[in-house]
Amino acid sequence: MTQLTESDASTASGASGAGNSGNLSTKRADPAGRRKMVLRLIILSIVALIFISPLIFMFVTSFKTREDATGIPPSWIPDPFSLQAYESILAPGSSTPVLRWFLNSMVAALLHAALVVVISALAAYPLARMEFRGKKIVFGVIVATLLVPPVILIIPNYLIVSGLGWLNALVAIIVPTAASAFGVFFMRQFFGALPEDLEEAARLDGANRFEMFTKIILPLAKPAMATLALLAFLTNWNDFLWPIYVLFSPEVQTLPAGLSTLQSANAVRYDLLMAGAVMASLPVLALFVFLQRFIIEGVSRSGVKG
Amino acid sequence: MKSSSQVGASSKEEAPGRQPTTTPTRIAAPKTNKGVAKQAAGTPWLFLAPYLILFIGFVLIPIVFGLWISLHAWDYTRPLQPFVGLANYVSLFQPDSPYFESFWSSMQATGIFTVFSVPLLLTIPLAVALLMASKFPGRNFFRAVYFAPYVLGVAVISVLWRYLLDNNIGLVNYYLGAIGLPDNIAWTTSTPAAWVALIGVTVWWTLGFNAVIYLAALQDIPGELYEAARVDGANKWQQFLNVTIPGLRPVLSFVTIVTLIASVNMFGQSYLITLGGPGRETRTAIYQIAETGLRNFQMGNAAAMSYVLTLFLMLLSLIVFWLFREKKEGK
Repeated sequence: MTQLTESDASTASGASGAGNSGNLSTKRADPAGRRKMVLRLIILSIVALIFISPLIFMFVTSFKTREDATGIPPSWIPDPFSLQAYESILAPGSSTPVLRWFLNSMVAALLHAALVVVISALAAYPLARMEFRGKKIVFGVIVATLLVPPVILIIPNYLIVSGLGWLNALVAIIVPTAASAFGVFFMRQFFGALPEDLEEAARLDGANRFEMFTKIILPLAKPAMATLALLAFLTNWNDFLWPIYVLFSPEVQTLPAGLSTLQSANAVRYDLLMAGAVMASLPVLALFVFLQRFIIEGVSRSGVKG
Repeated sequence: MKSSSQVGASSKEEAPGRQPTTTPTRIAAPKTNKGVAKQAAGTPWLFLAPYLILFIGFVLIPIVFGLWISLHAWDYTRPLQPFVGLANYVSLFQPDSPYFESFWSSMQATGIFTVFSVPLLLTIPLAVALLMASKFPGRNFFRAVYFAPYVLGVAVISVLWRYLLDNNIGLVNYYLGAIGLPDNIAWTTSTPAAWVALIGVTVWWTLGFNAVIYLAALQDIPGELYEAARVDGANKWQQFLNVTIPGLRPVLSFVTIVTLIASVNMFGQSYLITLGGPGRETRTAIYQIAETGLRNFQMGNAAAMSYVLTLFLMLLSLIVFWLFREKKEGK
């Protein structure tokens, strides 16, 4: 957690110029305004600390012994510092193979993110930069499915996945959820904002549409694709409902689904549960620490677009 | 929503970190591409094909297939799925049917959760966003802190909070006791405490998402509007009512719908924190549908339940749309 705060603080101070003209802070010079500012910072810091304390406690507990994890009063420093919990859940041949789950989650989330980015970028390109018959209908149908709650898809998709022979295999959580309307919207918005005459020069050189796309549009779209990949990775890594029902053997489960198994197998072994939770948090927290601007701005733009 | 200022703003946000030189920083012209190259009729469809195959296979077909399933006594474990017409729907409305009680008690659970969580998730993040709307040192750091829980999955935060809310050794009861409050509340095994726990955890978990969307919208409100309001003698509260709220209106409807859908779809918290209990009191509709269809394999019944739930959700969404439209015209 200390790493999180340090690197975030440096990002934050380095990027403070990004904000728009402040609405309320015009009186910076006078001492009353300064005191108000300090007071606000203190309040915000205290609230932020309370807000983040559950996550700190999760990390702390994962380094405790079994007894220490259930000790009263709860302690914020492991005594003794112990790697027991990790040794136990990462031991090979366990009925709760956390390392295997971790790798499954990683493979699934990476492939899912790649698939989402490729098919979304390809589909968004003609929707943003070509005129053709049926464009409005295609886009309209994609928009309309945004209002369809995912719950009505789970029963039929279970049968479809079963028919394809994908039950209890990672492909079941990689492919079916990849056709997200969000991905197409996101890329379409970016492509649409690029200057109109971008492809013109390439067309004069005799390039076809696919070459224009790969040589001109895609290189410009790297930041947008990175953001979309990131969001798709996070969504897939964290997905819970679908994996717990379509993956049932221990060796094919993902880590979040595995946490559920771990919880039912070790109800009060909170040291083990917290170590498992930390394993499931590390990749997403690491991505968040290093790429938080992409994540937050990707998310906030989903609202501005709406 | 496609004003040129927003297009400009989003491309400006795109730039940091990667390719600041090649990314165009300002796009003014409207972007219809009629003048650009004509292409062969099939070309757009080749680009669309990979997406559309998955979209049709895993979104469009399932929507229709689900309806078809709901008209059958569909049991995954049996070879034949007899057609039963609307019987699965009818049984949801007959008090003596085995599905009546379990379905409507789960709908009630979803209703309770939604009614209490949505208002909190609309107001608290707005307060957080307003606190962070002006520039101050470390703003991005605080924004990141409030957003952090949201990047974690529901499984992680649920397993964590089941520990913190543990009746005997949990942090929550310990600190409540330390400040002189009751220290033996059964957060995960009794109502209404379980509802307080589920709603509180959800607010903590997803607050950052709504706050970040509000914050982006607040920053899009031109500072001159506040300036003008100040010149007219408006105080802070009047500025909030007459500048901030109208400026937020489009985003407000988006946030309301998204929050509503997320709340109606609540599953993981109940599955892992309260295990649906006590009894089945916190077992939500999604939980009930998933267990009926994917654990007990009564897929016809589960599909019918999912369409009834969808109908409720769509009615709610329409009401929200209508509410926001009404206000817009009134202005």
